[in-house]
Amino acid sequence: MHSLTKDQSPWIPNGKEGVMSLLRPLLLDVVPTIQQTAALALGRLANYNGDLAEAVVKGDILPQLVYSLAEQNRFYKKAAAFVLRAVGKHSPQLAQAIVDCGALDTLVICLEDFDPGVKEAAAWALGYIARHNAELSQAVVDAGAVPLLVLCIQEPEIALKRIAASALSDISKHSPELAQTVVDVGAIAHLAQMILNPDSKLKRQVLSALSQIAKHSVDLAEMVVEAEIFPVVLTCLKDKDDYVKKNASTLIREIAKHTPELSQLIVNTGGVAAVTDCIGSCKGNIRLPGIMMLGYVAAHSENLAMAVIVSKAVPQLSVCLSEEPEDHIKAAAAWALGQIGRHTPEHARAVAVTNTLPVLLSLYMSTESSEDLQTKSKKAIKSILQKCTYLPALEPFLYDAPPNILKHVVGQFSKVLPHDSKARRLFVTSGGLKKVQEIKAGPGSLLQEYINSINSCYPEEIVRYYSPGYSDALLQRVDSYQPLAN
Amino acid sequence: MATLARLQARSTFLAHQYYFRNSAVDVFRKKEYDAAVKIQSWFRGCRIRAYLRYLHRVATVIQKCWRGYLGRQHYQLIVKLEFCTMKMNLYNAMAVRIQKRWRGYRIRKYCFNYFYLKEYLKAVSETNDAIREALEEFAEMKEREEKKADLEREEKKRDYQARKMHYLLSTKQIPGIYNSPFRKDPDPWELRLQKAKPLISQRPKVKQKRGVNISNRLACTSARSLPQSEILPPIDRKQCQGPFRDITEVLEQRYKPLEPTLWMAEPINELKMAREELRKQEWMRNINDNMFLPFSSYHKNKKYIPLMHSSSKYGPNSYGSQHFRDENPKKWICDKKFKFHEDRNVCLTYSLLYPHCLEQHLAKERKKERKKERKRKEKRKKERRKRFPNCITII
Repeated sequence: MHSLTKDQSPWIPNGKEGVMSLLRPLLLDVVPTIQQTAALALGRLANYNGDLAEAVVKGDILPQLVYSLAEQNRFYKKAAAFVLRAVGKHSPQLAQAIVDCGALDTLVICLEDFDPGVKEAAAWALGYIARHNAELSQAVVDAGAVPLLVLCIQEPEIALKRIAASALSDISKHSPELAQTVVDVGAIAHLAQMILNPDSKLKRQVLSALSQIAKHSVDLAEMVVEAEIFPVVLTCLKDKDDYVKKNASTLIREIAKHTPELSQLIVNTGGVAAVTDCIGSCKGNIRLPGIMMLGYVAAHSENLAMAVIVSKAVPQLSVCLSEEPEDHIKAAAAWALGQIGRHTPEHARAVAVTNTLPVLLSLYMSTESSEDLQTKSKKAIKSILQKCTYLPALEPFLYDAPPNILKHVVGQFSKVLPHDSKARRLFVTSGGLKKVQEIKAGPGSLLQEYINSINSCYPEEIVRYYSPGYSDALLQRVDSYQPLAN
Repeated sequence: MATLARLQARSTFLAHQYYFRNSAVDVFRKKEYDAAVKIQSWFRGCRIRAYLRYLHRVATVIQKCWRGYLGRQHYQLIVKLEFCTMKMNLYNAMAVRIQKRWRGYRIRKYCFNYFYLKEYLKAVSETNDAIREALEEFAEMKEREEKKADLEREEKKRDYQARKMHYLLSTKQIPGIYNSPFRKDPDPWELRLQKAKPLISQRPKVKQKRGVNISNRLACTSARSLPQSEILPPIDRKQCQGPFRDITEVLEQRYKPLEPTLWMAEPINELKMAREELRKQEWMRNINDNMFLPFSSYHKNKKYIPLMHSSSKYGPNSYGSQHFRDENPKKWICDKKFKFHEDRNVCLTYSLLYPHCLEQHLAKERKKERKKERKRKEKRKKERRKRFPNCITII
């Protein structure tokens, strides 16, 4: 009967109370195999659905499981740890219920067991419990799980390493103190060694763990960097597995965002080029951490932004901006471009040359873009325009831009034109002067001042020639002209 | 007398003349007086004007000199100031030049070194290229390895299949399915089948009954035969081929303690060790560690190290070894030492005042002396006895 239940449990989730009351006495059966199978069945039921997991908790099965976890053989331990994991994964309340019945100590004892399967199941359960929030993580840490998890990482079995790495990642992601506890046990050295392991799922977890540690503060990021992960981490950016690439770029992003010195370190080891290539080779959400990393590096200082430009990141970012369907990725690309272009005219020119400004403008103006995307593209346009002196890129703006941006554009023209005669000529021949005359500006406003300063760069006749209605005025003069009688 | 009369006749005339002449003069007197006054006043005025003119001239000279002096002073001050200003302007201009150069240099070298930035960006792009190349190589290598692994896996699979399908090999009489007579060459599978070794139908993993093994092991519960090795033997082992001895016997033989011959049982440096042993036992028994050195002045060669308390920087202090009292020789009455007994230097007053006490005192002294002598004798006897315990003293 127990084997039946075990086999059918994935498909019959209803009638849960009955099932619980049926399975509970089986847990106390004499024959160990029945106990194990009953536990396995419970685990599968709880795994399937959150309500069933709640029913497991309400049915008071957990204390029994916890009690027998300490004594039974390894198959039972594995099954019981599986049940705990299945219950704890659905919600924080269920995980709290598991912690309340004292399961953490027994799970930690299971972590010291000889059998790697038991350790794996226990580590998995602990990882799922610690995933939900900081209090549960703290409870897991207080039970003394962290040193044992670090020992588990050093074991030869790959599955155990994976699970232990993911558990450490879940523990350290909530707060800096938890990350510090993980670091104090010496986890970073082992995690850093495992980056070289060929197994891709392991690499995913290890990179995720390191990035969760590094994200909290500068000291933690520095400790991660001191473990000599660069330039080894860059090889992970070339991995076949997409999630390895994503986690590797997340790690680099978390390190780069803290201080300019760390970004400098990453630039010096060639990280920017690697990330740019990585962005080029993948699509969608995988790209997002890479794009953000470029933005963070460029935001720190203008030298770093110049280094980012030199690594040919700008064309790649503009490709992302135009290609990607999702708004949040576009917003990230727009933000990154804004950070690159805002420092000096050189930077703005480098961004403008790739023809991204019209794209940004269209994103800002389109009604379909989300609020976030609109704000970010507007900021990017403004910050780049403030410094842009590359006139061919500015000209299209004269035609399409809304008034608040037009003001900046005209302002830039008024700064550049007085000094450059070739630019003036080009401005006239390309029809820019004509457009400027057509702009209606309130008298005394900033825009009018800019227009006046532009007009003052040219001789009067040209200005009059291009002012609107000049042809009508000329025709009127023709009409009113009396030829000399003779 | 005539003249007198004449004179007297003339006297009135004279008087009148006198009067008239005087009065006529009177008329002119005022005029003349006024004229004289005028002349005098005008002359005085001239004199004084001349004097005044002189005074003016003199005053002008003085003032001129003084003003010149003041003016020159002022002028010198101005010149000084001008000179100072000119110097300061020169210094300022020079300082500005120096500062200009230094500021330009500083900014260009330390704050924003354009060439350094260029170099840095060049280095960054070079590193980037190098990293890109390295990563490309790495990716290629990985791909190659994967392909190789895939190929190997394929090979293994095919090999295994060939071994399983070994019966499909063509014989001399009957061509196999891969060796159809209508083909020009046999199928590659045929060649593979030829190369492959036939698979034995025995299952590679034999599941042993663990219970039997354990009971086998536990049967040998005698104390000598259980193996005490640290590494446990593997649980699921393939059953080895052939009739074997009973494991208990084997372990007995294996773990039998060593019983070497006498020749082998003794170590090679046994003589040396025996000597050491003897020496240790003697050392244990000896009370005095110093070697017995009769008739030698061994101990005299040792240098005596005096106490710090009893030595001063000029040599050993006599206080503490030669005398124990702080003496002041300057206060002594006589230089001979004061002896109190033995009739010689007895205090005169004492002997005169108390003669009987003196006798008693002297008798006491004599008794004490005799006791001392006796004690000394006995001491010497004891010492002699100690040193030569076995000697019989013939006294």
